[in-house]
Amino acid sequence: MNLIKSLLAGAALAVGLAGAATAGEKTKVGFIYIGPTGDFGWTYQHDQGRKAIEAAFGDKVETKFVEGVPESADSERVMTQMALSGTDIIFATSFNYMDHVLNVAKKFPNVKFEHATGYKRADNVSTYSARFYEGRTVIGHIAGKMTKTNTIGYIASYPIPEVVRGINASYLAAKAVNPDVKMKIVWVYTWFDPGKEADAANALIEQGADVIMQHTDSPAAMTIAEEKGIMAFGQASNMSQFGPNAQMTAIIDNWGPYYVERVKAVMDGTWSSTDTWNGIGKGMVGIAPFSDKIPADVQASAGAIRDALAAGTMHSFTGPINKQDGSVWLKDGEVADDGTLAGMNFYVEGIEAELPK
Amino acid sequence: MLRLEARPNPSKPMQALTPILAVLATMVAGGILFLLLGKNPFEAIRMLFWDPVLGEYAFYYRGQILIKAAPLIMIALGLSFGFRANIWNIGAEGQFIMGAICGGAVGLAFYPMEAFWIFPLMIIVGTLGGMLWALIPAFLKNRFNANEILVSLMLVYVAENFLAAMVTGPLRSPVGMNFPVSRSFNDYPAANNPELITGSGLHWGVVTALFLVIVAYVALTRHIGGFQVRVAGQSSRAAKFAGINPKLMVAICLGLSGALAGMAGIFEVTGPAGNLSTHLPLGYGFTAIIVAFLGRLHPVGVLMAGLLLAITIVGGDIVQTSLQVPKASIQVFQGMLLFFLLGFEILINFRVRLTIKGAA
Repeated sequence: MNLIKSLLAGAALAVGLAGAATAGEKTKVGFIYIGPTGDFGWTYQHDQGRKAIEAAFGDKVETKFVEGVPESADSERVMTQMALSGTDIIFATSFNYMDHVLNVAKKFPNVKFEHATGYKRADNVSTYSARFYEGRTVIGHIAGKMTKTNTIGYIASYPIPEVVRGINASYLAAKAVNPDVKMKIVWVYTWFDPGKEADAANALIEQGADVIMQHTDSPAAMTIAEEKGIMAFGQASNMSQFGPNAQMTAIIDNWGPYYVERVKAVMDGTWSSTDTWNGIGKGMVGIAPFSDKIPADVQASAGAIRDALAAGTMHSFTGPINKQDGSVWLKDGEVADDGTLAGMNFYVEGIEAELPK
Repeated sequence: MLRLEARPNPSKPMQALTPILAVLATMVAGGILFLLLGKNPFEAIRMLFWDPVLGEYAFYYRGQILIKAAPLIMIALGLSFGFRANIWNIGAEGQFIMGAICGGAVGLAFYPMEAFWIFPLMIIVGTLGGMLWALIPAFLKNRFNANEILVSLMLVYVAENFLAAMVTGPLRSPVGMNFPVSRSFNDYPAANNPELITGSGLHWGVVTALFLVIVAYVALTRHIGGFQVRVAGQSSRAAKFAGINPKLMVAICLGLSGALAGMAGIFEVTGPAGNLSTHLPLGYGFTAIIVAFLGRLHPVGVLMAGLLLAITIVGGDIVQTSLQVPKASIQVFQGMLLFFLLGFEILINFRVRLTIKGAA
């Protein structure tokens, strides 16, 4: 009897378990996080976005999250579990959940999936990311103006387009105001490992960097910068509590507005699969208040860049820009297209490092 | 006061009873933990133990339990042989990774060819890869008397870095936007380890693990090799008299446990994991050490222990989603289970006596 029941149920799962997704009174929203909500970086900001949904809809929504979900078959199980228990929309907030999101989405055509930073979509799978490189342009400008050693240290995670884009954007902005600026890059091959991030920060400082930028999630480098009395920029969230003197500003991932919009679309029945890539203008990328250690004229010029990027009157990658090997990438006045940016796998001219291949 | 008194013989009823006592004690202590977190303890315990096996969505979770249990059981079977002979392979995690890399590389080398023999070849090469990685500490022990615990453990970190080098280098997917992952084995049928019956969780690794439990049981209880392993563990002098070559024993025990870990690795990467990436190692090789001991180094015990751990892993996720407790509380709960299981073992060899001070 039990066997028959489980076989039947298995068949129901295979054909999509249509009933599980229909909402009761409340719209159910699920989140899976790669890290702990207390990482003060990537996951923390997604959780702020989740709280924004609760604040916006109150009793009409029920949000749930599971933290520390490995990018493995475990993520598939957690998402299936959410779908089975009637979740209407699931936000998967790390790149390597990608294939697992698509697998689960196939089994639950009535559940909506939102995958951050991915590039594979389906009828019920959207992707979204933020134009963090716009923030990099702002901090690059500040760093170029403020460095005394003309050396910027950059803690990079993985040599993927998003990270390469960030390096290029900040270098170009720094170079534009300081032709002598050099960039030292350390690859740590992790998104979140406070120990490795701290080691990288120390190594960069030893190599003469007096400004640290990071594309990793923990505030470890910020605390080192505070100790050593140098400058740094917060990543993903405002890290000023870890470096009250060191933080010049921070690039803030502000997912709240997007999350609220997407949940609203589910409630209204207007949700459809899309690919979203928003920047400062739409508020997905935020710039934390400038430190008062930044001179007033630099604050003004950095603020002007921020506002121009937001208004769309300026683009982070505007020609003339050559690739590292000297070949022309963008002609004078030419603006990079999203396709090239999405797959960026080269450094721009002037960066004296080899991109790991 | 309470006093522990050695039993003349290990207690048979206690051997059967201690796991049950441990689970009950964990329920009580864990219930208090969830109560302190402001959750209903009965609900939490039900979600942890009952829901994965018999709850509303158990038809799905039962398959997931098998997926989590299979690599644990496969690795623990190999380890328990060595542990019986006092040969301590702590580096199964590294052998798991090397198995996945070696077998995975073979499959990727043939992409996009479709042939029936590719998947079996990957399994064989993966198994050999794990075995060779484990034979390094065996060689060093036999040749230089190097401690196999340290060598095998250190080789885990070597394997992890080798994996990172492979997925950022030669094995990186050419269509993966430069991300450090290999091609997906789920998109390459000849190298895929699919779910055999939809929703069942059964893949070739699960089938093999269950088959190996039977093989190990027969080998250990009915075969001269199992006898030799047990003798070698109990007394090396006696083993010598029985004509057992201790160096050969080291090589066999490490090689066998490495082979099974490697096999678990290649089944995992071609099936549930789906691709090679730095996120592949989930600690199966370390958890399997616990499984081996919980199962008292016996194949049937290993099977039960592997399933129990898998239930708490699957159930732990249910509690985390449904009751919104932090992940750390689930880990504390799992830790309690292991603590009580090992703690109550003392009752097998000792009995608790209540004595009045001075009266004796």
